[in-house]
Amino acid sequence: MPTLSGAEIIVRLLERQGIEFLAGIPGGANLPLYDALSHSTIRHVLARHEQGAGFIAQGAARASGRPAVCLATSGPGATNLLTAIADARLDSVPIVCLTGQVPSPMLGVDAFQEVDTYGLAIPVTKHCFLARSPLELLRIIPEAFRIAASGRPGPVLVDLPRDVQTAMADFDEWPEPGRADGPPAPDAEAVERAAELLGDARRPLLLLGGGAARAGAHLAARSLAERFSLPVVCTLHGLGCLPTDHPLNLGMLGMHASKAANTVLEECDLLVAVGCRLDDRATGRLDRFCPDAALIHVDIDASELGKRRAPQASIAADAADALTSLARALDKRGGGVSRSAWLGRVVHVKERFGLRPPGLDDPRSAYGVLAAAARAAASIGVRADGRDVLVATDVGRHQMRTAQVWPLAGPGRLLTSGGLGTMGFGLPAAIGAALAEPGHPVICVSGDGSLLMNVQELATAVEQDARVKILLMDNGCLGLVRQQQELFMDGRVFASRFSARADYVALARAFGMRAFDLSEHGDPEAAMAEAFAASGPCLIRCPVEDEPHVLPMVPPGAANCEMICETENHDAMEVAHVHA
Amino acid sequence: MSMPDRNAPAALTGTVLELTVNNHPGVMSHICGLFARRAFNVEGVACLPLPGGEDPSGGLSRVWLLLREDERLGQIVSQVEKLHDVRETRVLAQGHPVFAALAGHLR
Ligand SMILES: Cc1ncc(C[n+]2csc(CCOP(=O)(O)OP(=O)(O)O)c2C)c(N)n1
Repeated sequence: MPTLSGAEIIVRLLERQGIEFLAGIPGGANLPLYDALSHSTIRHVLARHEQGAGFIAQGAARASGRPAVCLATSGPGATNLLTAIADARLDSVPIVCLTGQVPSPMLGVDAFQEVDTYGLAIPVTKHCFLARSPLELLRIIPEAFRIAASGRPGPVLVDLPRDVQTAMADFDEWPEPGRADGPPAPDAEAVERAAELLGDARRPLLLLGGGAARAGAHLAARSLAERFSLPVVCTLHGLGCLPTDHPLNLGMLGMHASKAANTVLEECDLLVAVGCRLDDRATGRLDRFCPDAALIHVDIDASELGKRRAPQASIAADAADALTSLARALDKRGGGVSRSAWLGRVVHVKERFGLRPPGLDDPRSAYGVLAAAARAAASIGVRADGRDVLVATDVGRHQMRTAQVWPLAGPGRLLTSGGLGTMGFGLPAAIGAALAEPGHPVICVSGDGSLLMNVQELATAVEQDARVKILLMDNGCLGLVRQQQELFMDGRVFASRFSARADYVALARAFGMRAFDLSEHGDPEAAMAEAFAASGPCLIRCPVEDEPHVLPMVPPGAANCEMICETENHDAMEVAHVHA
Repeated sequence: MSMPDRNAPAALTGTVLELTVNNHPGVMSHICGLFARRAFNVEGVACLPLPGGEDPSGGLSRVWLLLREDERLGQIVSQVEKLHDVRETRVLAQGHPVFAALAGHLR
């Protein structure tokens, strides 16, 4: 019968949970927990800001698919974590956040570094706990992991008053580690109804989201698409579910999609949306999204079904199970309509309206440097065991360009802040991914605006010798904001240019990180290869001063068919209507 | 069908969401926060611990929420069902007498 302190109980439970590392920053209210950690096999990663710790945990969870942990002290430590937690909530990422709190008897008296962490956490977590006794931890900690990983994953916070960490407790046995609940089985009638709709559809389209990627439904999705002639579009988080170069793949939909993808959406008569929440960046103006289509919606979170658009059939289940049952039901029905005209149309639309990013073969341009980086990464990244490169991005034009052109061979390789769109996500998320999956090279594509938002984590990357290659698109401005001002504010560019610009190569070196400036290399491709081959972290600066807009673009609030596209010569803009 | 009581506040005739929830200090913030966040108005709230709630791990409470029927009701119910402290949910389209009893205290 062990007698242990609350802090020791937590650390032992984390070990039993299989946690290998966690990220955080110590302070008065979590010192007992840190003291217990000092005797543990778990590796502690000292972040340089709690938001960094939160995103390191996110990067680890996104890359591995398993819950990861971050720690913060009370008050400012906890509030600094909140952005990373809110981000995890919107992108359904399983993290467990442990925050120190003032001792229970002082709760509510405005003690030093007291904030209502529980109250602040409610709207941004999947669930949160305030521990009241060390014994209760035996239930709460495994429960936190179970909730984080079950169904639609998400962040869980446990607030730990200091006295709960120091109090002793006797107990008889350790609880089982918290594991994800088995997903609900697809309802047979719902599957039947969906199979009927899909069987009869003439122009069906498959839309794959982060839920499809997370569930490992990419193989089931691919087989369904190939066998029943469904072209495929993906959300930002669904990218990679079908290999980029697959003939049925039309890439991303929505705001920065190819005109081909949005045209096919406009023309389909049935949309099979899997593991996605039909958010506004994907749908554009909702009342004009897929105007002629019926909807089959598959999501493990039943509250997503009908949240944005009423489906004609819906399946609340794991994406892979649902797609497999759907294929089986279609087989049983037999027959089916010929879809050669539809597939022919898709080939034509792809040829005519596919993405043609400018400068793709010039490694000194914004798109070209991404293509060059992808080549350099692939040359070191593809290993015998088939594990390949992970790419994390920040938020801005560089992010959308990466989504448009980075070749992805499988799901879950692109780590990006989609729902919250948090600048500062990239570097710490890349560190977390590199620590969780040490075999993978990790690229962080960032912008000068975003990098500065968690620039202190350069120190963490160096200290941990994380294999992170930062590709910094240095344009001296908040590029995506400038683009929106140029396009939608009559060209009044305001507060989006940096007049004081940092020397990022010198900055990285000041943190002890290797750095390359592509503008100083005669052969940028060779410089990139050298940077990627080196062990440990490095920063590669690519000046992209005069980059053009990221196009196509659907103006915020407009319908997806009202895209701003490039004209043939790329220097003027036209508003193209797909039916025009 | 009985005539509506003219003295009763109009809201008393709404739909009632009856919840069985874990009884601990944070549970009402989870529920009320959800309604506030989704911009869904709650007209009335009643909450009492269920008998047998003295056990130290915390017992259960019953919560009644008086709502105005709205096309988003189904959506808000499925959001409520996602809360981990909510153990059971029932939609009572005919309302619940607890609110009539409470309304007596307004006079
Ligand atoms: C934390 C945060 N603040 C503000 C924004 C609004 N925002 C979106 S993109 C952007 C500019 C990003 O600039 P940079 O990282 O340099 O990337 P670029 O667009 O130039 O590639 C801003 C300010 C945001 N997404 N996140």
